[in-house]
Amino acid sequence: MAGRGRGRGKNVSFNVEALGFGRGEALPGPISQPPPLFPTADFKPVPFQQSEEYDYMLALKQEFLGNMRKSPFFLQASHKRKDIERYSDKYQAAAEVNGKWKPDWRRLPAELKPRVRKKTKSSIKPSVKVKSKVKLSVEDVSKTLEELEKKEVDQGDEEEEEEEEGGKKKEEGEVEEEEDEIYDEEDIEEETDYILSYFDNGEEYGNDDDDADEGPVY
Amino acid sequence: MTRRQHDVCRFLLFQQFGEQVSVVGKYLLQKSPSPLHLISSETHLDTEQVKKILCILIQQNIVTFGQHKRGFIEYSIRTGEILNRLWFPKYIYCAKTLYGDAAELLLEDVLQRGQVQMSKVIEVVMQRFNEALETSGKQKISESFVVDKFSNLVRTHFLQRCLDPIKSESNKVVGLEVTGEEETLYRLPDLSRKRKKSHDDGPPAKRSKSEVEGERPADDEGDGIFWRVNNERFHQMFRDQAIVQAISSKIDRSAGEVLRAMLRVSEVKTAGMATVTTPISVTEIFNALPKDLMARPLLETYLSLICDDSTNFLSKVGDSGGGMYSINIYEALAQLVKAHIESVVQERFGSKCLRIFRVLLLKKHLEQKQIEDFVMISAKEAKDLLYTLFSENFITTTEISKTPDHAPSRTFYLFTVNIQHVASMVLNRCYKALYNAMVKKETEVNEHRRLLDKQERMEAIAASVEDASQRDEILNTITPSEQEQIIKVRRTIQMLDHSELQICEGIFILEMYLMYFKQRQKDKS
Repeated sequence: MAGRGRGRGKNVSFNVEALGFGRGEALPGPISQPPPLFPTADFKPVPFQQSEEYDYMLALKQEFLGNMRKSPFFLQASHKRKDIERYSDKYQAAAEVNGKWKPDWRRLPAELKPRVRKKTKSSIKPSVKVKSKVKLSVEDVSKTLEELEKKEVDQGDEEEEEEEEGGKKKEEGEVEEEEDEIYDEEDIEEETDYILSYFDNGEEYGNDDDDADEGPVY
Repeated sequence: MTRRQHDVCRFLLFQQFGEQVSVVGKYLLQKSPSPLHLISSETHLDTEQVKKILCILIQQNIVTFGQHKRGFIEYSIRTGEILNRLWFPKYIYCAKTLYGDAAELLLEDVLQRGQVQMSKVIEVVMQRFNEALETSGKQKISESFVVDKFSNLVRTHFLQRCLDPIKSESNKVVGLEVTGEEETLYRLPDLSRKRKKSHDDGPPAKRSKSEVEGERPADDEGDGIFWRVNNERFHQMFRDQAIVQAISSKIDRSAGEVLRAMLRVSEVKTAGMATVTTPISVTEIFNALPKDLMARPLLETYLSLICDDSTNFLSKVGDSGGGMYSINIYEALAQLVKAHIESVVQERFGSKCLRIFRVLLLKKHLEQKQIEDFVMISAKEAKDLLYTLFSENFITTTEISKTPDHAPSRTFYLFTVNIQHVASMVLNRCYKALYNAMVKKETEVNEHRRLLDKQERMEAIAASVEDASQRDEILNTITPSEQEQIIKVRRTIQMLDHSELQICEGIFILEMYLMYFKQRQKDKS
């Protein structure tokens, strides 16, 4: 069995003739790459069977496909979120609804029903919430002020023991207080959009009479 | 389901329902059945969207659902239904040739909607028909005409009822179909009670649910009975047509008529997938033929002629009633498939290869030396061609060893053709070709979409403009080179479309054969 598995050399054990090729012939070369993507065809294909039947069926097929595309069964990819609202949106949205189809729920499982979201109420809610939040935050601020005052008093007691730390806290408390006071002044007192410290109500007008020595005013 | 079939299915879904539906379809093809939340998480689509998609697919009979034993509902896809969509144009054409234009419109509407109620479809068809008739100045048709056509379609089993959904105890829909008796599928509703909703054949559970909900679905006049196309019936029709056509081209048109009459008679008697029809007596055949076609002795001559023919379509099984004959459906399909494969070999490899192939088909098993003798081609060339066929898997070898130790020098290597194997290989190739054609057509349309749109718009504007000179001006905005390109593109698209149709014909024969082959295996065991 010396020649077993050694290919077509001299020591082949079986009768090579039976395979159909003689000793001297060359085998086709080894395959080194995948077959080409568009292999060349040796024979040209036969022309189509022409008949009225096929022409009619072709027309039917194209019509059917066109109808399927226009039908409500054809889902288009959902539109990208628009960055700004455009006037034409109103008209485009109307054109999209191409015969909406309502499935018969007697024949479909209940879990497939779309959840009906009530849009109108929820759109009003956020604005109400915002206002109330603002009000709450204002109330919170006055509360936090009181709390801080209390804290300060407590901290004042502790200062005797830890002055440095107490000092720092006090400063922070004062700073916070000042900020809160400023905040209060600006937003609570008259609830306008204008920052009150920018408004000069004329009370200080005549207070600078003593500075007449500065020189002429141009 | 092979990979090629999956490709075709996916593309069909994409073409007819859009990108997202094809994504869901792809997932279900790989991993059906699965529940709703899994589908939406794996495909990364919004749950609401997936719900919509599943509704659409169920409506079109592509997806079914059933209850898993743990209680949730699973959805699975039916690949056969998707591939059946390839033959919709053929169904419509068949309805037209059998029952006329009204039936054609009816079937088109039913196919488009998937499941439809009788009243709705009749209404739509009436509208379309009357519009067309009005524009051509003819008289309007009455509703009873269309209803008549519809009943014809149902009576000959081309349309069937959709089965009622299975309900659980809490009256929720959990499964899709209840398999009932076959006769109930084709029962027409009583039309005189069209307007009444609640007193009809629907099961009481269904009615109470709709009453409880309180809402009135828009089109409930058909009493909740939905109709759909019966694919198997159409396939049977096409199979019969193919057999009749084969015999007519081989022998004679009258022989074709004889066979058609026989098939019509055996339709009602034979089971759906039988490989051989039940025997029919000559008297019955004679009565079924159109009256003046042929005399009785001529009929008997034809029958014996068809029986003796090499294609073996018909066989005589007895002598009672003047002779009992039955059609061998399986044999007929096998012959058709052989002819199909032979033409494939001829077109791919040449007529010399075809000689070798035919010799092998005739003699079943042959050694290489014997093939060279029979074929009468020079030995070298014959060897070359034989090995080309072998490398393409049209031919296979069987080893028969002379000695118990299976030594190669003392073994016979016999070449043979295994029809079933070759048929499935050719079928695979057909699906690949179909997929290629469809994809190429889509790319062509997309590449030249701008041009094609432009031309359509120009035509629309030109049609609405009254002045002739203005019309010419508008049509001239398309330059001659663009015009040429448009013509070329349109021709390519039409050719590809045409080729798709013809490939589908081939696919049909091969699929039928493989189905009957499997059935035969089942019958034998």
